[in-house]
Amino acid sequence: MANVSLRSVRKTYPGGFEAIKGIDFEIGDGQFCVLVGPSGCGKSTLLRMVAGLETVTSGEVDIGGRVVNEIEPADRDIAMVFQNYALYPHMSVYNNMAYGLRNRGMPKPEIDTRVREAAQTLELAGMLDRKPRQLSGGQRQRVAMGRAIVRQPKVFLFDEPLSNLDAKLRVAMRVEIRKLQRRLKTTSIYVTHDQLEAMTLADILVVMNGGQVEQIGSPLDIYRKPATTFVASFIGAPPMNLIKLSGDEIRTQFAGDSRSAAEAGILGVRPEDLAISGEATAGGGITLNLTVEAIERVGAETFVYGTRARAEKAVSATPGELPEGEVIVRIPGQDAPAIGASIRASAPRDKLHLFSADGRNRIDI
Amino acid sequence: MVEHRRWNDILAYAILTLGVFIVVFPVYVALIASTHDAATVVNGNMPMLPGSHTLENYYRAIFVGGSRYSREPVGQMLMNSFISAAGIAIGKIFISILSAYAVVYFRFPFRKTAFWIIFVTLMLPVEVRIYPTYKVIADLKMLDTYSGLILPLIASATGTLLFRQFFMTVPDELLEASRIDGAGPFRFFKDTLLPLSVTTMAALFVIQFIYGWNQYLWPLLITTQESMQTIVTGIKKMLTTTDELAEWQLAMATAILAMVPPVAVVVFMQRLFVRGLVETEK
Repeated sequence: MANVSLRSVRKTYPGGFEAIKGIDFEIGDGQFCVLVGPSGCGKSTLLRMVAGLETVTSGEVDIGGRVVNEIEPADRDIAMVFQNYALYPHMSVYNNMAYGLRNRGMPKPEIDTRVREAAQTLELAGMLDRKPRQLSGGQRQRVAMGRAIVRQPKVFLFDEPLSNLDAKLRVAMRVEIRKLQRRLKTTSIYVTHDQLEAMTLADILVVMNGGQVEQIGSPLDIYRKPATTFVASFIGAPPMNLIKLSGDEIRTQFAGDSRSAAEAGILGVRPEDLAISGEATAGGGITLNLTVEAIERVGAETFVYGTRARAEKAVSATPGELPEGEVIVRIPGQDAPAIGASIRASAPRDKLHLFSADGRNRIDI
Repeated sequence: MVEHRRWNDILAYAILTLGVFIVVFPVYVALIASTHDAATVVNGNMPMLPGSHTLENYYRAIFVGGSRYSREPVGQMLMNSFISAAGIAIGKIFISILSAYAVVYFRFPFRKTAFWIIFVTLMLPVEVRIYPTYKVIADLKMLDTYSGLILPLIASATGTLLFRQFFMTVPDELLEASRIDGAGPFRFFKDTLLPLSVTTMAALFVIQFIYGWNQYLWPLLITTQESMQTIVTGIKKMLTTTDELAEWQLAMATAILAMVPPVAVVVFMQRLFVRGLVETEK
């Protein structure tokens, strides 16, 4: 059991590329921390630095009160689950799990107890003699987990462990990982680019972008109060609608609260907070006039993609997010307006988010 | 698109059959010649059917040698060939796998240079460097020894390149998992890389065994004692006689015997090789 602290950790590659630009945070004992961000944001690099597979350029990585910068991965008391599982192809399931323990010189009977116990937990008991190639993807995933838990380490490190599984299995394994971690109470760091995994697994969510931390907090806090437009559009699916506002628009929109002082800014509203209605909501809030462009029905809910009238201009916070001028409205059920119809979507004022014009800061009341 | 036409197939098979015939016929003649007595072989009309002297010829070839005092029995020569071919194959696998391991997995100064120096030896087969190599071996007093037959042929880049290519396909995560599992460089090599390389080693063994077995110039140069001759040089010596008829039936029996070990190696190793290809998964 251990805390993990990162203190102004930086990573610069020999070529001069700065992958991690100074990161500080602390993970409490037994907490499940998820690092989430787009590809190339440095989340895997950071995890590998904790594991000891990448050197730390500057700053300190601290596991359980011990700075481990110069300590070999094997001596850090960690276990890692890799994206492609990295099982030893020529060893049986049993030996895959026992290998690390043998290398530590643990007595045979104890290895046996631990491996069998882990196999029981992970429902691998009947497969101990098989080779990895004789297992399905989900079973290999379990073996990789088993290899980690027999070690009884201070920290589990997961590097996108579910991304090679099909969608259904991924959901099942996600739940299992969470249950297992709850029971073992082992501090865990989990890297993913899947915001759904991030939301459901994390005690602490660390949203990363471009080698820096954008926001740290509990998943729901981050969802409710994203600190930047990047976080706003990364957490939540479909992403938050972002609309650029001029100073005048802000003054009218937020008349009567402190936010109206802002010069210019970006307005954010989540698709699920918008409702299609005939008239503007009472008590302030926004109303958008939209032309319906596309409809996605997924059963329980329907996504309506609309473009706003030309006078109203929208921004997108990150490349690859909403095209300019497009707004998504999420409505329950399957009834949706026809394509080409004009609709009015509105949201009450307490559901609105306001960010500074560069998207880097959130403006609260 | 490949069209299947009857006549194309027949033509293709005819050409292939002709090719096989051209390759196999001399071997067949050698086999037949090894079953007749000297007179039959020499008189110029080679029979196309086996004769009645098979056992006698092979017995003499293996245990007695030629009728002249200078000829060693084939048994000894086969043994010499086998030791040097196996020595070359095993030695080469050993140094290639180690050098490839160093080049792929360790960051040491002049690593690229080391790799290129190894690579350049590809352009220097024994025949090219034969004089200096002979000098070195002679000065080391390794003439007429197994080490002299084996060592100069071990050093070349083919094996290193082969293992390097293979190691580069082994996922980095395996190395990382080993590091986390507490396996140092030697353990990773022994517990993970070696077992995964078995099929590559089998392939290299086949190639190098045959390469070593077929060496002619080098053994001819450094062996002077009859007892250190390899079978390939031995066959040649059987045919160079000054004042009497060459014993063709014995030479042919020897040639047939000389083919057996390499063929056996190919047949046996090929099974391992194919099994490896089917099962290997990284």
